[in-house]
Amino acid sequence: MKPSLTFHKVIIGLLVMYLLIPLVGTFLFSIAGKWDHTILPESYTMKWYIELFQDERFYDAFRRTLFLIVMSVGLSVVIMLPTIFIITVYFSKWEGLLQAAAMLPYGIPPIVGAVGLIKVYSDGPIHIAGTPWILIGAYFITILPFMYQGIRSSLRTINAVQLVDAAELLGATKFQAFRTVVFPNIISGILVSTLLSVALLFSEFAFANLLVGGRFETIQIYLADKLNSSGHLTSAIVITYYSLILLLTGTVLKLTFRNEKNRVVSNKKRILSFFKKQYCSKNTAIEGEK
Amino acid sequence: MRKIKKQKIYLLALLLPFILFVIGFELGPLVAMIKNSFYADDGIQVTIDQYLTIFKSEFYLQAIQNSLVISLFSAVTSVIIAVIAAYSITKFSQKIQNRLLMIANMTSNFEGIPLSFSFIILLGNNGLFTLLFSKIGGDVFADFNLYSWTGLILVYIYFQIPLAIMLIYPSYQGIKKQWKEASSLLGGSTLSFWLHIGIPVLLPSIVGTFSILFANSMGAYATAYALVGSNYNLLSLQIASLVASDVALKPQLGSAMGVLLAATMIGAMWFNERMMRRIRRDLR
Repeated sequence: MKPSLTFHKVIIGLLVMYLLIPLVGTFLFSIAGKWDHTILPESYTMKWYIELFQDERFYDAFRRTLFLIVMSVGLSVVIMLPTIFIITVYFSKWEGLLQAAAMLPYGIPPIVGAVGLIKVYSDGPIHIAGTPWILIGAYFITILPFMYQGIRSSLRTINAVQLVDAAELLGATKFQAFRTVVFPNIISGILVSTLLSVALLFSEFAFANLLVGGRFETIQIYLADKLNSSGHLTSAIVITYYSLILLLTGTVLKLTFRNEKNRVVSNKKRILSFFKKQYCSKNTAIEGEK
Repeated sequence: MRKIKKQKIYLLALLLPFILFVIGFELGPLVAMIKNSFYADDGIQVTIDQYLTIFKSEFYLQAIQNSLVISLFSAVTSVIIAVIAAYSITKFSQKIQNRLLMIANMTSNFEGIPLSFSFIILLGNNGLFTLLFSKIGGDVFADFNLYSWTGLILVYIYFQIPLAIMLIYPSYQGIKKQWKEASSLLGGSTLSFWLHIGIPVLLPSIVGTFSILFANSMGAYATAYALVGSNYNLLSLQIASLVASDVALKPQLGSAMGVLLAATMIGAMWFNERMMRRIRRDLR
């Protein structure tokens, strides 16, 4: 009665093929010289990569993306760390509120978020629509769920509340307790959230396109613009960009694996597993979604 | 006593930046969008005309319908594929399982513009496979048009599958080998095991995954934008062109559609929650 493994092999074989063909195809296309009517390219070349790495526009787009990411992720760490710490340790009755605010962006797609942002910032006192500053704000909100999840769970793992109580009993000030006891213990958790957020923002297109578009060309906008020109060159961009994302998420996996000893598969899974935990444990409504 | 109070005020002050950001970039825009959806095109008159316009216009109703259909279709297909594939994955050795999950994880990062581009060079008008098959003579792709419903579905399913697998795979770990043994000792067949034990245990996870995938594709914008531009009538593409295009700016109408999209997504989440509750109660 043992079901044959062949069946499962076929299923997995088909699945892996479906998932990998676009990737492998794009990679081959990026190193192909002439490739018209054959199964594999007729000749190989690196000239597309060389051309790409000589393109000023690519570097500019890359720099702009980095600027946005550094600003919004930096702001997020600087603001979220004390916020979550203070609320967890001193105002625990507000935790539900913080959680609702932090998880809300997950239920609101960028396309909807952008509608309101354009409305608020296109006129009035703060006129920042069309500038990178509005993107930094939008990105801050986009990565909120990840930051919240990461920092909150590292605080929970180390029992921050008790640690701070102990430190204060021994005569440390609140700031000392945070700086010397809590912070060193959660730094790796913060690093993981940070890297996940960076990877997420690298792939962000909807906000960038709707809020600033061509006025501040990010790597994704550049990519979208190149779609209809040289396919080979665009393949080279896609592969370069994708390698970077893989590198980032790979680092995250390694870090999480080493630190928490339990596997976190990807940023999306991380956040979704949080939702599932909610459903399974107490069926509590996620307030933000209501 | 006084000192403690003072300290609390300092602590509260540290929360200010967060509160400002949440109001400025999350709640503020959301409220502004809802409010804006109740104004006429001139932005002065208060009215529900925008919603009436949507529900009277065949064009916009079609956009909503297309989005719903594509989301339902891609979510259902991906969940079915993922349920089967994840089960197949559990049949291999631990080492191979890990490797397969790594592939799923890797490809789940491949989405949006880069993904659409990939499909364009493979299956687009001058795509590799398109040319290859027309050369060989097999007219497999003769009727196939990547820049249409079928193309969109194909790409949507691609980015949903890895996600679905990663969400469903862990729940197979919850099905104990002993249950199967107990069931067969009691005279149950493989089929009856899955019907009465396996699938009910998996169901919460399947339904949860489904609604997440549904919401995921309802809100998808980058993939569709790269693939069909504005040639296909989708809710997310319509909203984008109403609020940020160079041609027909109608922010109030866009806001109303944004409210509808957000309501659909929250509805999906709500439905998911209700299902979960029902299923959990049955289990107890």
